[in-house]
Formats: sequence, structure tokens, C-alpha cells
Amino acid sequence: MKTIECKKMLKKVIVIDPLDNVATAITKLEAGSVITVRIGQSEKKVEVIQPIPFGHKVALRRIEKDGNVIKYGEAIGKAMQVIEEGEHVHIHNVESLRARGDIT
Amino acid sequence: MNTSEQSIRFLGYERPDGSVGTRNYVAIIPTVCCANEVAKKIADQVEGTVALPHECGCEATPQLEIPTRTLIGIGRNPNVAAVLLVSLGCETMDYEYVAKEIVKSKKPVDLIVIQEVGGTIKTVEKGVRIAQRMVQGASRIEREAYELNNLIVATECGGSDLTSGIGANPAVGVASDIIVKMGGTVFVSETTELMGAEHLLAKRAVNEKVAKRIYEIINWWEQRAKDEGVRFHLLSAGNIEGGLTTIEEKSLGAVRKAGTSPVQGVLEYAERPSEKGLFIMNTTGDDINSVTGMLGGGAQIVLFTTGRGSPVGAPIAPVIKITGNPATYEKMKDNMDVNAGTILEGKETIEEVGVRIFKELLEVASGKKTKSEVLGHKEFIIFRIRGHAY
Repeated sequence: MKTIECKKMLKKVIVIDPLDNVATAITKLEAGSVITVRIGQSEKKVEVIQPIPFGHKVALRRIEKDGNVIKYGEAIGKAMQVIEEGEHVHIHNVESLRARGDIT
Repeated sequence: MNTSEQSIRFLGYERPDGSVGTRNYVAIIPTVCCANEVAKKIADQVEGTVALPHECGCEATPQLEIPTRTLIGIGRNPNVAAVLLVSLGCETMDYEYVAKEIVKSKKPVDLIVIQEVGGTIKTVEKGVRIAQRMVQGASRIEREAYELNNLIVATECGGSDLTSGIGANPAVGVASDIIVKMGGTVFVSETTELMGAEHLLAKRAVNEKVAKRIYEIINWWEQRAKDEGVRFHLLSAGNIEGGLTTIEEKSLGAVRKAGTSPVQGVLEYAERPSEKGLFIMNTTGDDINSVTGMLGGGAQIVLFTTGRGSPVGAPIAPVIKITGNPATYEKMKDNMDVNAGTILEGKETIEEVGVRIFKELLEVASGKKTKSEVLGHKEFIIFRIRGHAY
């Protein structure tokens, strides 16, 4: 298992693993604000296109429909539609693939 | 922190079977829900006792297995100095078997049967006299210093939000690793909340058999959803509002409580481990239910993370509340023992908070009361379900 980096955490968002395509907001993010995330060695700027509540996720890059949403370096679910960079990522556009007796 | 330091000990109560408690309760245990009130009335009158009312004891035979194992496990738990069992007399629970199994731990055990003694008043009177003697006996046991290989630490998360997975649970994981390195035992439970993270645990299993069993217990739960043709919504409204989107995400955060140690084995609900180290206990995702199972498995102390804020405690063991959410800490300070919100605020690292949790654990194991203990939280629910993972 990968261990979370032990650096003291950044102010606005947290990216847990370099593979992640979402970041977690640790403060409320306004639409139009720009966040800077560190992914591995490189830095990336992402414009937030929707308001993101505290604790919710923002896409760090475009995620195709049916693509994996990745946090902790692992798939946490599937995109139900295209998710654009900077978009709010939550139950309206991501679905779990587990304990689904309703799909075969 | 130098974890090879052998002088790190906690002050506990030694039991006749060599186990060591962090608390010194006389437990008044009803063997069926019909005896709950009598057990409570006895406990109300005798300082130093704790009653454990529950909803079980008269199930049909296959469903009796878990409640029976749980009551035995609670009675044998090292935090319990002596046990008074209160039976009705006609329940399906084999109370004499329960008594015999607890007696194996060589601690004082007594059994009173309401229908034999003759009703509430007489049974309470008799019970109070027995409990009084038991408390006097228990009061003569003094705390002494013991090594951490005597500790079983239950880990639990309840009322999770985004801060649990990125702050509080990883910090508990650091403490878990220290405990295991020092020879102790750690439980991680809530099988449904390992769904999506099972491959990470299976990779750390000590052998193939354990790895296979990890997949089996998860599959059993998942198969129930498939059999019933329904979607299991394994997140609460609070989880979702807190930013958790799927069970996979919740599980990947929850599993961090387990640190990085090898997984020694998979235990059934309220089963005692035969070795030391990190164990998975197969329980539901219901917090109180899960903690009860781990106490039945012999845990003497609980590390409980809660992003949204949960007040619950346990009747026979201290529960240390840890929140990774700074706002929850401020709002529910009366219930929170450790503020892990400093990780999110950038004031402390996960390691620093992990060491702080470990130090708090040592103090609480040695007698410091947790906030839930001081406030009298004694939540206790035994797992009941039709069929189980075997």
C-alpha cells in the first residue's frame, strides 16, 4: 500500500497520489478560482469551473464517460458522463461499481 | 519516536489467565433481553459495576452462535474483573455454557436465574449482594506496568467524511504500526467498508489462505446485493454531504487505520485472535455493532475516528475519539479526545498526530478517562443477521 506523503498539507486542495485525477478541496472553492496542485514532481494549475464545497472533489483533468475516477491512486468509481477539468466530482457524475445488484 | 524502546509500558490490571485489562469492571451481563432490566437495577445499586443490556438471547439455534460468542468474549475480556450473569431461565441461549466458558478465564463468575430465584425483587437483592462482593474483590487488584504485547487495540471509524481518509485514519494507521511493532495487536473491522480496498489488504496477507479469506468475506457481502438484485447504498447522507462519493472511496480511506503491517488473519465477529499483530474482524459497517464485536474479541481499548462527529462509547472499554475535521473538533470538543484536524490545517504531519494518538492511547490504557467515559456513553449492540459469512 502506498503511504500518504508526510509533508504538511497544502492550503486549498489535497492530491493524495500522483495517479489521482481528482483533488479534495479542504476549503470552499469559488468558480473561477485557480488552484495549483503538485502532482509528483510537477505543478499544475487548474481553473475551478463550479463552486466546490469543503471536502468535495474537483477534477484535475478531463475524465471520459465510463473512465475511472482515481483517488488514493485507486479507482473509486466510474464517470457517468464526461467530466471536464475543474468540474465538481460527486454522486451526480460518478457511480460506484461495488455492491451493485441492480446491474448485471 | 523510538519504537524499539522496550521501556514503553502501560499500567493495567492483571487477570488470573495472564491477560491485562485497561479497566477493572464487574460486568452484569443479561443472557437474554428479558433480563435486561434486572441487570440494570443491580448495576444501578453497585458502584464499580456495568450492566450490558442487549437485544439477543432467544434466537433460533443458528442465529444464537454470534450472540453466545459475544457474551462469552465480553465476559472474558481483560477489562472485566468479574462477571455476574443474569438469566431469565427459559431463553434459548445456553447460559450455563456461557458461564462455563467465562469460568475458563479463572475470574470470578456467578449466575442467577430470575425464574429460579423468584422474580425481580429477589433476583435484584441477590444480585446486588453478589456484585458487592465482586466489586470489593476487584478493588484489591492494583495497576502495574505491562508491555504493549498485552494490548489489543480496536480501530473504528464512524460518521466519516473526507477528513477521515486523508487525516484521522492515516494518523491512526501510524499508531497501529507502532502498536504492532511493539508486539501488540490491532483490529480493523467493518467488512462492507473494506469493499474497494480488499486488494490492498490481501497483498499484505501473511499467506494465501488469509488473502483468499479477505476476498471471501467481502464477496459474501457483495453477493447479498447481487442475490437480492438491489443496489446497496453503503454511504450515509452525512458521508455524501461530507464529500464521500462511493463506497470505494470510503473504504480506501477507512483501510488506512490498519497502517502498513502484515495482515495476520481474518477473525469472525467476537472471535479471539490466537496470535499477535494486525487482524481483520468480519463485522458490519455499523459502528456500535462493530465495536461490540471487537470487544468480544478481547480488545481493551478503542481508537475511533469521526469526521462528522460521533458521541458513542462502550460499556467495558475506553473509546478515544479522534476527528480529522477542525470544524467538528471545535463544534464537538466535549466529545473529541484528539484533534487530528491540525493535519488539514497544515500545522502537524500525519506522523506527528499518529505519535500523539499513540501517547494518548498509553495514558488512557493506564487509567485516564476518555470524554465518552466521563459522559457515561455505554452504547452496546450485538450483531444479529440471518445467515453469516460462512
